[in-house]
Amino acid sequence: MSILVNEKTKILVQGITGAFGARHAQLSLDYGTQVVAGVTPGKGGQFFEHKQHKVPIFNSVAEAAAATGATVSVIFVPPPFAADAILECTDAGLDLAVAITEGIPVRDMVRVKRAMQGKKTRLIGPNCPGVVTPGTGPQSTGGCRIGIAPGYIHKKGHVGVVSRSGTLTYEAVWQLTSKGIGQSTCVGIGGDPVNGTSHLDVIKAFNDDPETHGIIMIGEIGGTAEVEAAKWIKANVKKPVAGFIAGATAPAGRRMGHAGAIVGGSEDTAAAKIAAFQEAGIEVAVTPSDMADALIRAAKARGVTLS
Amino acid sequence: MNIHEYQAKALFEKYGMAVPKGAAAKSSAEFDAALASLPEGPTMVKSQIHAGGRGKGTFTNGFKGGVKFCKTKAEAKDLAGKMLGNTLVTVQTGPAGRKVQTVYFTVASEIKKEYYLAILLDRATSRPVIVASTEGGVEIEKVAHDTPEKIFKVFIDPAYGLADYQVRELIFKLGLNPAEQKNAGKLVRSLYNMFMDTDAAMVEINPLITTPTDEVLALDAKVSFDDNALYRHPEIVALRDLNEEDSKEVEASKFGLSYIALDGNIACLVNGAGLAMSTMDIIKHFGGSPANFLDVGGGASKDQVVAAFKIILSDPNVKGIFVNIFGGIMDCNIIATGIVDAVKEVGLKLPLVVRLEGNNVAAGKETLKNSGLTIVSGDTMADAAQKVVKLVA
Repeated sequence: MSILVNEKTKILVQGITGAFGARHAQLSLDYGTQVVAGVTPGKGGQFFEHKQHKVPIFNSVAEAAAATGATVSVIFVPPPFAADAILECTDAGLDLAVAITEGIPVRDMVRVKRAMQGKKTRLIGPNCPGVVTPGTGPQSTGGCRIGIAPGYIHKKGHVGVVSRSGTLTYEAVWQLTSKGIGQSTCVGIGGDPVNGTSHLDVIKAFNDDPETHGIIMIGEIGGTAEVEAAKWIKANVKKPVAGFIAGATAPAGRRMGHAGAIVGGSEDTAAAKIAAFQEAGIEVAVTPSDMADALIRAAKARGVTLS
Repeated sequence: MNIHEYQAKALFEKYGMAVPKGAAAKSSAEFDAALASLPEGPTMVKSQIHAGGRGKGTFTNGFKGGVKFCKTKAEAKDLAGKMLGNTLVTVQTGPAGRKVQTVYFTVASEIKKEYYLAILLDRATSRPVIVASTEGGVEIEKVAHDTPEKIFKVFIDPAYGLADYQVRELIFKLGLNPAEQKNAGKLVRSLYNMFMDTDAAMVEINPLITTPTDEVLALDAKVSFDDNALYRHPEIVALRDLNEEDSKEVEASKFGLSYIALDGNIACLVNGAGLAMSTMDIIKHFGGSPANFLDVGGGASKDQVVAAFKIILSDPNVKGIFVNIFGGIMDCNIIATGIVDAVKEVGLKLPLVVRLEGNNVAAGKETLKNSGLTIVSGDTMADAAQKVVKLVA
């Protein structure tokens, strides 16, 4: 099993005719993902063609979902239009919207998040690499790849990975795969200050998933979401958890690439988060090269088999 | 993006908030005209730089205080001449300080009591929050730590906006008299409107004051904006002062690079913000000191890599370079070729350690090896970090 998505999940791509969206729609199709529809307003009726695939394009998300049974959307539309694209998914009653777009104004996200309250649709991102549930084929193909992560670095298995950062997720996944340890699902929740799904939301899902035996949680400076997750882990999670926090050397008050990666007060420093991890019994990776090994140590201590 | 106090106060006035009357001058020739717009009497002179702690700062020429009270306009003109064009060092500027390129004259207001007022995003609730305190004119972090009961917060539901009862509640807590309450209520509303309209990231008034005549005035103003929203605010972008930004950071942004200068000697070139931060961390972990944060983004094209090398090398402290690329979608060999071309183009003399991982990494490493350049290859981040730390030691 897995969380959020599996190999049968039907996805639609908002912004499939843009260069970025098209490139990643192709890579997802190559990975074996069920990309069943594209949405580009004004291009309804056309097709997105790639190798043997012929994906129909629709003018709206509601139309695309009704015609194809898609339950998940991946959003590649430019920042000024991205908030609207997320709301469109919500109104169409999709299960999941994954917003890859980087640079959405905070005010737009504040409103979108409020509008999504009490609605069925879950949002992942924005400014995130997406979600991958690896498949059983060669180089993990046959799985569900939503977003921009490289598919081949994955391997089907039992470790859940959740992270705010894209390349740091790949780093962790690659370390695991190189050691023969597979993943159940890998979730990039994004580096913005206002996002749809938190570390804690994903941790809860991993905890409930019987196929997930261990968890790697990667965070960074800014906000207190990792601390909140650590407290919940301490009280509720029996599975081994390894953690890493990026930004120990970041100066206060400077935004480190991600809009959300900024130290404001003493609560959101790397040191405070690492202390919360240790307090919660999370095995802290000493360096980013140590993430998979940290999980192996945590699993050994709890007598859990990861692979 | 940050703006100066005098610009922030002009915005405040536009939104109907009361500020002490003031005028800015960018050269000594403008002093008389600026002062002529103010009434005779006690006047403040305020250095305009994007950093706090100005009042307690010292100029590199020995003159003390970047914000001064003067009894007369003539005295204000004299002191402005000592500030303008000189470099002010405060707790927030670092030892290099900032050159004062604008001074701001304001009427010196009579203060009955000082308060604190700010609006920013509360990340935990994903809502705007108004923060107010009866303790103004001091560091708010210290108030929050020592006397948290003196900090009041109002969370605003973005679906309904700021409600009247919330404004009343906040103002009652500040213990104002009826006339002050009326003025403060208007100011809080206006500040919220401005915060939302302009896509501000933070607006802070410290101190907000009451006067003997029950006026409520913003004595200082610190405003920053959400960079992601600047595309829809050309009037805000026009307020940007490039003199206040690191020239290397400005140059980097032209190439879609995210660069932040630090004070170490090992330069980093990395793809992805999280990986870039942790590259700095791992250098520190092995006893080195990072010279910068640099995220070249997911693509890392040759042009970007060349631009990145040039920016890195313009920092005279740099003694070695650590390139850390996880080539996810991109072919590592293309990245390696870009690195080799870039190194040749900029004529790099410093030690260079490259750690490549990902798609087609074997070919990429081969390209680096056959380049004829002395590039040290690292297998993992830890391995590469240790190597570069050793090379610059």
